[in-house]
Amino acid sequence: MLKAIGLRSVDDLFAPIPAEYRLTRDLKVPRQMAESEIVDFFRQRSRENGEDYTSFLGAGAYAHYRPVIIDSLISRGEFLTAYTPYQAEISQGTLQAIFEFQSMICELTGMEVANASMYDGSTAAAEAVMMAVRLTGRRSVVVARSLHPEYREVLATYATHQGMPLTVAGFDDDGRLNLEELEKSITAETGCVLIQSPNFFGTIEDVASIAEIAHKHGAMLVVSIAEAVSLGIVEPPRDADVIAMEAQSFGVPLGFGGPYCGVIATREKFVRQMPGRLVGQTIDKQGRRGFVLTLATREQHIRREKATSNICTNQALVALMVNIFMTVYGKVGLKELAKQNLAKTAYAAGEFAKHGKVLFGGAPRFNEFVMQTSEDPKAINSRLLERKIVGGLPLKKFYPELGNAALWCCTELTTRSAIDDAAGLLCEGPARPTTERSAKEKEKEEAAEVAR
Amino acid sequence: MKHITRKASLQVNQNEGLIFEKSSAGKAAWKLPPLDVPEVDASKLLGASERKDLGSMPEVSEIEIIRHFTRLSTWNYAIDLGMYPLGSCTMKYNPRVNEAVARVEGIANGHPYQPEKISQGALYILKTLSEQLIEITGMDAITLQPAAGAHGEMTGLLMVRAYHQSKGNARKKILIPDSAHGTNPATAAMVNYAVENLKSDSRGMVDLAALEAQMNEDVAALMLTNPNTLGVFEQDIHKIADILHAKGGLLYMDGANMNALVGKVRPGDFGVDVMHLNLHKTFSTPHGGGGPGSGPVAIKKILEPFLPTPVVVTKPDGTFAFDYNRPQSVGRVRAFYGNFGMFVRALAYIQANGPDGLRQTTEDAVLNANYIRKGLEGTYDLPYSTPTMHEVVFSDKLQAKKGVRTMDIAKRLIDYGFHPYTTAFPLIVPGALMIEPTESESKEEMDLFIEAMTSIAAEVEEDPQTVLDAPHSTRVSRLDETAAARRPVLRWKPAV
Repeated sequence: MLKAIGLRSVDDLFAPIPAEYRLTRDLKVPRQMAESEIVDFFRQRSRENGEDYTSFLGAGAYAHYRPVIIDSLISRGEFLTAYTPYQAEISQGTLQAIFEFQSMICELTGMEVANASMYDGSTAAAEAVMMAVRLTGRRSVVVARSLHPEYREVLATYATHQGMPLTVAGFDDDGRLNLEELEKSITAETGCVLIQSPNFFGTIEDVASIAEIAHKHGAMLVVSIAEAVSLGIVEPPRDADVIAMEAQSFGVPLGFGGPYCGVIATREKFVRQMPGRLVGQTIDKQGRRGFVLTLATREQHIRREKATSNICTNQALVALMVNIFMTVYGKVGLKELAKQNLAKTAYAAGEFAKHGKVLFGGAPRFNEFVMQTSEDPKAINSRLLERKIVGGLPLKKFYPELGNAALWCCTELTTRSAIDDAAGLLCEGPARPTTERSAKEKEKEEAAEVAR
Repeated sequence: MKHITRKASLQVNQNEGLIFEKSSAGKAAWKLPPLDVPEVDASKLLGASERKDLGSMPEVSEIEIIRHFTRLSTWNYAIDLGMYPLGSCTMKYNPRVNEAVARVEGIANGHPYQPEKISQGALYILKTLSEQLIEITGMDAITLQPAAGAHGEMTGLLMVRAYHQSKGNARKKILIPDSAHGTNPATAAMVNYAVENLKSDSRGMVDLAALEAQMNEDVAALMLTNPNTLGVFEQDIHKIADILHAKGGLLYMDGANMNALVGKVRPGDFGVDVMHLNLHKTFSTPHGGGGPGSGPVAIKKILEPFLPTPVVVTKPDGTFAFDYNRPQSVGRVRAFYGNFGMFVRALAYIQANGPDGLRQTTEDAVLNANYIRKGLEGTYDLPYSTPTMHEVVFSDKLQAKKGVRTMDIAKRLIDYGFHPYTTAFPLIVPGALMIEPTESESKEEMDLFIEAMTSIAAEVEEDPQTVLDAPHSTRVSRLDETAAARRPVLRWKPAV
């Protein structure tokens, strides 16, 4: 090949690089490793990463069962190793899948249009707020304190240089947004109100009342949904103007925080201010149905500095996981799945209430609840960790006003015996034979199950 | 077809409707275990918030789902099928060991909030990848948090802004060459900087005199892609850095083309202050039909105080932890720590290559691009004769005489069994054909590509209509994009 080009050595190819900058040594990275060594390396990291622990963590990242066909299908090279579907004729697979994804997200959220995905729920929320600000021409934003604290941080980062002042509205005794405070925070300059439902505490917000207040003052309502499984049994926020979702719960591995799958859904009339890629249906020269990326005039590669966002790469393969998950569970399964989450959490909250105070009982919740204790939750968690249980997320860092509180989550994967074990360890005291007892109970249950 | 391709032949293709069109009540692909806690009455627990109906969500069986998505997949082109010569996109092979290790239990299922004590494996990966990327780029520190290249650009410019702010003046604008990717100006706007265009000289490089004239104390930074989007290495890079630095400005490097540099030269050594990497380009993580990506930002010491929180640190006892106490930080750009799954894949790629493999990868990528350049020079117009690195940009000047434009040639390439190259970019080349083979391609595959491109050029002379009507072999012909945008149909709706 060098001969064909008319060069003597590979170094000639790098002649354009001034000699003084060329690296004349090896990079200081470990020597080439064999495949078996690479696999060993990551297995070892896995063992150091709590691979065999039972967890009660949620808070924006949820442990749900992932049907095996998700990985079978997304591992097909034609999905895995394809680029963004700009060349529609040889990308119909990706394009049709995205069109179905957009359709199902609309169906589940009650919105009219959804985009092809955003980086994650936190950036989707920030972009949705910027979209509402563009639409209303009003720059300030009221944010619920019950919105995921890290989503709030991301919004603050995005808002700093856009001249978008943020006001935080607190929560009530029932864990929901304080409506009086909301009303007082909204001014003639408020472009939108951003809430989360179910909110960070797992509590379902009174979206209709919040929407009424926002709309009355000419502000838009943006609702963030971090726990997508809730949509199976919780009424979607149909009064919202924009929904910013995190779809990780739908078949995406926890993966220590990413990659996940953000989505923005909204009304048709707002679509031209929506960021991110969109797939639309059209026809080819012979009149056959086909799909293309559309409304690209909103995007950076056409509009450059006047684009709705700088977003380019999205989360297509993760959106495909979400798509397959929604297809597997479908109309009936999503509801049954959500119901199991509801039942497990109701049971856990009931058991936990025997050992401390479960907060925010005055409003409905989905699969998370806040537990207040006399003891520091970090101490409780150390006790649990010895039994290979990861307890709820201590909230002091985010909500010091709640004192010794932690956020607990149960999903369909949380077993009754794990809940009983954790409940038994909530209070300090003489070592209780909880594990042993519950093991016996578990045996009994299993026997009863078989008998049934 | 007069010129029959050696690469591809036609094959029966399965038709498949939308998943909704296959749905019927009672079909299911899911099964939940029996509930081991008491059943609850949802309407009692949720009241008015209870959802009664999930509308027209599909009901299908497992085999239908498998066939549905498998059929759809066969309508896609992919790296696994052949060369994917998209310039600036770096469509290289995605090693499968990366996929395997990303799915190991404790790595795939680690919760971002699990205690640090049982997160040492993940933290080790974050720390190790960070250190290796710092070594590869020659920079001093890094954040892995940004989710993609454009997100990295935003993070980088936030740090630039914070740096200038700390000196008392955030400055007003960013200089961006006319050859730049569209994300650069869009990003500058998101960080509230004005964009000022910088024109290229006759070699396709930054015009030093223009830069000198435009540089002043209002300029926060220059965003430069190096090698630039023509595949040309900016030889005067250090002079560029000096001009910026003399007036207190910073040099931002868009690392989209890092595949031309790894192991051969380090941006940190030629004056770059801040840069992003695209792990989904240079470090082999799959594009997945458009994402996920990952856009780490590497920086010089002066920008370190402004890194997004948290930062991974090593404690005195040798264990790893997150440091959230960083008062000068620009804040968070994403919840949690970034696209961790991509870090795992990128680290596995570096491990599989080692220092010699990384260097050879770069050499092969540049060699391949130059082999294609040589093979097509003369057949296609080369607007800039400057030596190129990992990609080459031709123009459709010769073919345009017959009314055939770059997009037509690209569509015809599909019939020859290849994915098109990048069309109509960079903007400084009218009718651009931007070709990047990457190191993954064998001489045999590239010879087939050169043969196909040569054959299309001949077709343009003999029978331009065939090229204008292409593609002829796909399940759909050219789609009506104007109609799609004029009356958008963005979702399926049940028939009323």
